[in-house]
Amino acid sequence: MPLSLEEVQRIAELARIGISDAEARTVLVQLNDIFELIGRMQKVDTEGVEPMSHAHGSALRLREDKVTEGDPRERFQSVAPQVEAGLYLVPKVIE
Amino acid sequence: MLNASLKELAAALAQKKISSVELTRLFLGRVAKLNGSLNAFITVDAEKSLAQARAADERIAKGLTQPLTGIPVAHKDIFVTRGWLTTCGSKILSNFVGPYDAHVIERFNDAGAVILGKTNMDEFAMGSSTETSFYGPVKNPWNQAYVPGGSSGGSAAAVAARMAPAATGTDTGGSIRQPAALSGLSGLKPTYGRVSRYGMIAFASSLDQGGPMAKSAEDLALLLNVMAGFDARDSTSVERAAEDHRRDLDRPLAGLRIGVPKEHFGAGLAADVGRAVEAALEGFEKLGAKRVPIVLPNSALSVPAYYVIAPAEASSNLSRFDGVRYGHRAKEYRDLADMYFRTRAEGFGAEVRRRILIGTYVLSHGYYDAYYLKAQKIRRLIADDFVAAFKQCDVVVGPTAPTVAFKIGAKAADPVQMYLNDIYTIPANLAGLPGMSIPCGFGKDDLPVGLHIVGNYFSETKMLNVAHQYQKATDWHQREPAGIRP
Repeated sequence: MPLSLEEVQRIAELARIGISDAEARTVLVQLNDIFELIGRMQKVDTEGVEPMSHAHGSALRLREDKVTEGDPRERFQSVAPQVEAGLYLVPKVIE
Repeated sequence: MLNASLKELAAALAQKKISSVELTRLFLGRVAKLNGSLNAFITVDAEKSLAQARAADERIAKGLTQPLTGIPVAHKDIFVTRGWLTTCGSKILSNFVGPYDAHVIERFNDAGAVILGKTNMDEFAMGSSTETSFYGPVKNPWNQAYVPGGSSGGSAAAVAARMAPAATGTDTGGSIRQPAALSGLSGLKPTYGRVSRYGMIAFASSLDQGGPMAKSAEDLALLLNVMAGFDARDSTSVERAAEDHRRDLDRPLAGLRIGVPKEHFGAGLAADVGRAVEAALEGFEKLGAKRVPIVLPNSALSVPAYYVIAPAEASSNLSRFDGVRYGHRAKEYRDLADMYFRTRAEGFGAEVRRRILIGTYVLSHGYYDAYYLKAQKIRRLIADDFVAAFKQCDVVVGPTAPTVAFKIGAKAADPVQMYLNDIYTIPANLAGLPGMSIPCGFGKDDLPVGLHIVGNYFSETKMLNVAHQYQKATDWHQREPAGIRP
């Protein structure tokens, strides 16, 4: 089913990617082509088929709840755009 | 030296015919000479490489060598590397210096190998031509008007042009195998779970797998020995006894059953590629193998299913790029939300934005069942097709890509056309099976053709055996592009 321009703008909003009207129009055409490709899936009957999310179907490993890593905060924050006192700085959120 | 195998390089180092510093300088020289035109590398840092080479020489002097000690290896810029710029081919990480090493990088470092540089790639591994990179396209060393394939196109070009003796890549829908095919190399995507994804920037977590690219199956085996192994930091890493992937290289192929899927030889396969693959199959028969016709009935659904699952997982994985903790942040913004919108609009290229939008849509309320769940059921059908096939054959063989390399820009305008390049490689990713590509001849415009080999789960040792025996009887893998010397 083809997408509408409004839907493209709604998805862009959900994905937190800024998109102009002109870009939305171009992307709409491309997305509709891709959805036509994807639509080929609908022709197949998959009633009763178990969905597969992962090659080996293994469960998550558990481990003992004890500290094994050091504190990499300084190292990891060395690449941050803005930090202060060990905190990442962003524009004010709470009014 | 430039055409030497990894085994030969290791011997030369052990016999003191060359030092790691000299070997590293040799390849750095190749990079300096050719990278301006081929654009295979995003980052080179001679000082860092040579420091590692000196350390390797000390190890060699003490006799503490492993098979890759002292050997320079190029790494796809998707592996976070401590102290090295790691961009993933994207503007959004164009200022990101790795604060830690990926597991794969740790393994190479422990083995004493030398990091030669970080190679160019399609942005966030999304692409089949290395044209979506923020750093510009990579040229195919066989003909610089053509693409080398993607997304590991930089690694492919580096090895093909003898700028590096070996390289790492990643493969989510064919991104090791397809560039290997288009650039005349051998490349391997291991069984899902073999190679740790810790520090390998995530595109589609249930499909991504890191793997080696080199000039021969023998080299791939050595590289896989280093790359593979359990890592507790990757929740999908598989615990298995360590194995030497070289152990069966020399087994004769008599009695090998080669499954030939009719769906991979239909419309859409270029005639020149078909001819080269047919000749390779005849070559295998001469080596004692037997052809077994098989069917993979749900083959045609693999591309649609992939283009739901991969973008869905990508939309989730790429949500971390928001300008808060690392990477590009927009210069101007009104508030936090605006910061996200602008950072991501500025930082991501068109293909990445497209895929995030698709992924967001197929996971959104009301569409999850029709798209994502449906695709996961199709994924089960595709995997089951292989399980059935492997009851009748030992390996599944066919073409890696439907055509030889295409001209830069030829498919860039039509995403769907680009996606169809991965039609033969995608099924192995969906099923989690190991896949390889090795050179098997030349096609249109004298461009390389790749032969695709898919094995059963964890059968890399067998696949490498099959490839090695073929490479002992043929010399396609030893050819090098004209015009890259001296």
